[in-house]
Amino acid sequence: MTDPIGISRLTFAYGEGELRRPVLRDIDLTVHAGEVVLLTGPSGSGKTTLLTLIGALRAMQEGSCRVLGRELMGASERDRVRLRRSIGFIFQNHNLLGFLTARQNVAMALEIDAALPERVRLERAGEMLRAVGLAGHEDKPPGKLSGGQRQRVAIARALVAGPGLVLADEPTAALDKVSGGEVAHLLRDMAKSRGTPILLVTHDPRILDIADRVVAMEDGRIVEAQAA
Amino acid sequence: MNALTKTTLLPWAPENTGDAPAAAATPPPSPGPLATFLLPARLAWRQLRAERARLFSAMAGVMFAAVLVFMQLGFRSALFDSATALLTNMRAELFLMNPLTTASFRPEPLPRVRAHQALALPEVAQAVPVYLAQSTWRNPEDGSRRAIQMIGFDTEAGAMEFEGLDAISPALRRVDAVGFDDRSRPEFGAVARIFAERGPFEVQVGNRMVQVAGLVSIGPSFGADGNLVMSEVNFRRMVRERQASNTDLVAIRLQPGADVVATQQRLRGILPPDVVVLTHAQLVAHERNYWETATPIGFIFAFGSVMGLIVGMVIVYQILFSDIANHLREYATLKAIGYSNFYLARVVMAAALILAVIGFIPGAALCIWLYDVVAGATFLPLAMTAERATLVFALIFAMCAAAGLLAMRKLRDASPADMF
Repeated sequence: MTDPIGISRLTFAYGEGELRRPVLRDIDLTVHAGEVVLLTGPSGSGKTTLLTLIGALRAMQEGSCRVLGRELMGASERDRVRLRRSIGFIFQNHNLLGFLTARQNVAMALEIDAALPERVRLERAGEMLRAVGLAGHEDKPPGKLSGGQRQRVAIARALVAGPGLVLADEPTAALDKVSGGEVAHLLRDMAKSRGTPILLVTHDPRILDIADRVVAMEDGRIVEAQAA
Repeated sequence: MNALTKTTLLPWAPENTGDAPAAAATPPPSPGPLATFLLPARLAWRQLRAERARLFSAMAGVMFAAVLVFMQLGFRSALFDSATALLTNMRAELFLMNPLTTASFRPEPLPRVRAHQALALPEVAQAVPVYLAQSTWRNPEDGSRRAIQMIGFDTEAGAMEFEGLDAISPALRRVDAVGFDDRSRPEFGAVARIFAERGPFEVQVGNRMVQVAGLVSIGPSFGADGNLVMSEVNFRRMVRERQASNTDLVAIRLQPGADVVATQQRLRGILPPDVVVLTHAQLVAHERNYWETATPIGFIFAFGSVMGLIVGMVIVYQILFSDIANHLREYATLKAIGYSNFYLARVVMAAALILAVIGFIPGAALCIWLYDVVAGATFLPLAMTAERATLVFALIFAMCAAAGLLAMRKLRDASPADMF
């Protein structure tokens, strides 16, 4: 079985010519099936850029990056959009649609597949919300939920379509210690129970305990990989 | 039943629905074009609905454009309709006209003998000379003078369809008797009321005293604010300077069942080129064409309509643009979780078209009322027609679609890579 993420000799730079500023150099990284990997490092170390490349949100420049069995080097916009549908994204800010209820927000991740009946979409969204502990909050808009609750909705949205991989960027940064810890453990437990691998960028030391492995980055290189 | 559904599902259900068990209970609808457009439309509607104030201002903008275009097109068609009301109300199938005549209020004469020549064809039942001239009418109440259109013809020949003509045509046989158009503008005086109170009464037309012997109904036009009908003989009495051998228009009625176009061809064959032979529709079109092209009227209203559409488009564009700009993060998130640019373009387009519909409906309703009010004030024949409503809806739809296309460019700024 191929690893969900296999990166070799990935190099990436912003800008052109004189202004060219490399942010990632010769990255090699593998995430195995069902593994929870934390990516840490000071700001500017390139970890977020790496995440956007793995998430097919940005076009590759050099090297190789295989995600869920697909090579991203040279992939078209169309291929990348398709790949994103099998990845669950969790952002620093919840980025929920303010005009939809929690349930509708989660269902948006299923609405890409127009063949799925609406009733099934809403049922699965409801189940997922109950699984993240938001029973009774399904029909509230994000504006009426707390920060921790919103991030739980975001987790439900990321997982509801049964993704092959979850990418998360600082999911606890906007939360206090207690809810941050809860959200991180919830994410780990949900992913583990489904066997979904997670790559999580953070510099929140409080949540290092959820990781199977911690990868540290500095100046665009991976400096140290340790088992947690 | 359930087993049957499951078997039909099997070939494709697993790959399309992810996990089949939940889906198997009901037969899933095919992901046809309906879902392709309904889902983005629903998302667009939910987004529009979330901000009531913005939705109402967008609706008002579209409504404003719809009302403006409705009024402009309404006026335009009312003016053209009224300009041709006189000719529209003629009943004959074919007409002879001097080829130099540009409009009925300014006719070039043609030899009256052409009417008799036309009778040579067996298909022709009647050839009625029609005399047209303008004169001045002295208001019987305050003595002011105003130009009025005079129409002289054999009032018993049945070549005209003016409302009320048949009832008064015996009275029009009397010397200096005229029929007054009761839809003429009020500046001519309250003729209908005076007639109802006193019966036939004297008025001055040109330099002659004539008698109002009855009322007909035609309607004012650009060329004339009012109309007078009279017999051929009375017309000659009132318009002395005209040669008896000339007329202005010949209305030709055919035998029942005669072929209009074939007869038109035959008439062209036997008549000299100093007259043109027109069908009723061609005559009306000729008159209408004059007002459309030789006057700025057509242009003015087309211009007004275009201005309305542009203003409406700018408003809708602004609303859609700021909707996208304010929700860039949300749009970028949708892109990140796998929605294509094209899908989001459909959302913007759906929003534009929803605005078109919800702005058009109150706009059209308002215009039905406005048409009534304006028709009462201007005596112009303004009314909502299904044809015009369809046209305006098409224009508003196109306007919103154009605004949507413009606003869509903003979607490119929603970059999912900036989300982290």
